[in-house]
Amino acid sequence: MSINVTNIHKTFGAFTALDGVDLTVPRGKLVALLGPSGSGKTTLLRIIAGLDHADAGSGRIEFHGEDVTRVRAGRRKVGFVFQHYALFRHMTVLENIAFGLRVRPRRERPAAGEILDRVHRLLKLVQLEGLDARYPNQLSGGQRQRVALARALAVEPKVLLLDEPFGALDAKVRKELRRWLRRFHDEIQLTTLFVTHDQEEALEIADEVVIMNQAKIEQVGTPQEVYDRPATPFVYQFLGNVNVLRGQVLEQVGAPRDRPGTLVADGLIYVRPHDIELAAYVPGAGGAAAVVRYLHLAGPQARLSVELVQTHENVEVEVSRTELAGLGLAVGDVVRLRLRQGHA
Amino acid sequence: MSLAVPVPQSPRRVLPGFGLSLGFTLAYLGLIVLIPLAAAFLKTAGMSWDEFTAAVAAPRVLASYRLSFFASFAAGLVNIFFGLIVAWVLVRYAFPGRRIVDALVDLPFALPTAVAGIALTAIYAKNGWVGQWLEPLGIKVAFTEIGVFVALTFIGLPFVVRTLQPVLLELEPEIEEAAASLGANRWETITRVILPELFPAMLTGFALAFARALGEYGSVVFISGNMPMRTEITPLLIITKLEQYDYRGATAIAVVMLVTSFLLLLLINLLQKWSRRYHRI
Repeated sequence: MSINVTNIHKTFGAFTALDGVDLTVPRGKLVALLGPSGSGKTTLLRIIAGLDHADAGSGRIEFHGEDVTRVRAGRRKVGFVFQHYALFRHMTVLENIAFGLRVRPRRERPAAGEILDRVHRLLKLVQLEGLDARYPNQLSGGQRQRVALARALAVEPKVLLLDEPFGALDAKVRKELRRWLRRFHDEIQLTTLFVTHDQEEALEIADEVVIMNQAKIEQVGTPQEVYDRPATPFVYQFLGNVNVLRGQVLEQVGAPRDRPGTLVADGLIYVRPHDIELAAYVPGAGGAAAVVRYLHLAGPQARLSVELVQTHENVEVEVSRTELAGLGLAVGDVVRLRLRQGHA
Repeated sequence: MSLAVPVPQSPRRVLPGFGLSLGFTLAYLGLIVLIPLAAAFLKTAGMSWDEFTAAVAAPRVLASYRLSFFASFAAGLVNIFFGLIVAWVLVRYAFPGRRIVDALVDLPFALPTAVAGIALTAIYAKNGWVGQWLEPLGIKVAFTEIGVFVALTFIGLPFVVRTLQPVLLELEPEIEEAAASLGANRWETITRVILPELFPAMLTGFALAFARALGEYGSVVFISGNMPMRTEITPLLIITKLEQYDYRGATAIAVVMLVTSFLLLLLINLLQKWSRRYHRI
């Protein structure tokens, strides 16, 4: 079921959290809502779930064409997963997952045996079989998050909303769990919107990325689209490391001819460290002269910090270690710097 | 590969102070709590069994146990209910004068109990501010069992509120939102999610208020009227016996109170342990 959100305004006192936001989440897709903290992404998610309301008179929320703006949270058929899980501590895993079914009015409530069957199916789905009698305190963070997911899925939601689902986990579990979520989504095909401030996470698993900044949506697109063709300097800077060069060196470094990965805006050139090419300095051979200031050799790529001779700007460059070895550079050497051409 | 002989683990703890603080705790508890209590038992031990039963099972004394335990228990129950509402309002809502209301809660702690007793009596007497409205309805508060119950409720309230407040503060609003988004209505959210989370703290608050009420003397003796067989509380009987220089009779009653209270509190503690079973790791 698709989600369609139009013209949402939300203010908290003098602070504007959402300023006329429109958003469409296509049916069955996994969409990331990406932005820095305070950009309004969680507020938007909560308004879609019905846990918050847009400012009076603004906004319309539709699930597959049906207006749910005035429907209360429990009737929206939304599965919501909280950043800190919000599990019921006094209930076992089984009771947590069964909660949404057990609080249904008697007419709609499945029989006790069917509830148990469904809980066990869900436990299998989230790979937590055998843990049904545990209390949340006896589980690891990753397990708790999967219990929270199973609990949200138990009510057979039409839409799944996740608020920073991996935010409270350590780096390794985060990576495992997000890949798992991607495979899981492919399996269940539920329209899913998740909030994150981690661009790597969003770019890795989402079908579509929605980038928010200061109460507005900056850009919507597939991970490759937003990475290769950032619509605004904000998006460019948010999605990875970036060098901002003044336009006057543009002619020396070579103009990017509609090349993905580079953005020219307001007389500034935005370029990623790995899109810069280094060559031995030959006077008059083109390219901008720069002095090597630092060499960082740990990691798969060598990172260099160079200072442009003309403008004294510092530029970060990433080259492969083989390439660096070929150049034989040391701190203090002068190099030529150009934008890489060619690869897409 | 190391050839060093393994050094036996030193028994020293990383954080020192266990021995010192435990020693202090035992000495302090002994001095302040155990020795005076032991004295009561010793004094009683000098009585013959017949003397003892005559002192602790006289009809007037039995009537006072009934009143003391029932009124304290009822006051504790009422305080759980209203104390929870007060704590909830103080924690969850911001309103003008909240700090003042918050400070008011502590008044029963600070007020000399005799002052509280006299004030309550004045208000609930036949011609008092509240009493004059209850009188036509046939409800008498001052100088009845209800008066005792009112006084015990008054002094127990802060125990419940102060026990529940920190727990309520810690209770994430997200669990309520989770319940709501899973389809629970407000009533189900309260009874199935919030109250079970608060239950251990409610028990603690109840135990504190109940224990405090059992021992309360100052405020009750003014409002109860101290009628034998009807509105005498056990602490009052102990004082009466002391005034008659019947020290052994007084300590005998005290011992019965002590043992009963201890057993009840132990029971509450066990109940509490059970109610917090999900906290174990």
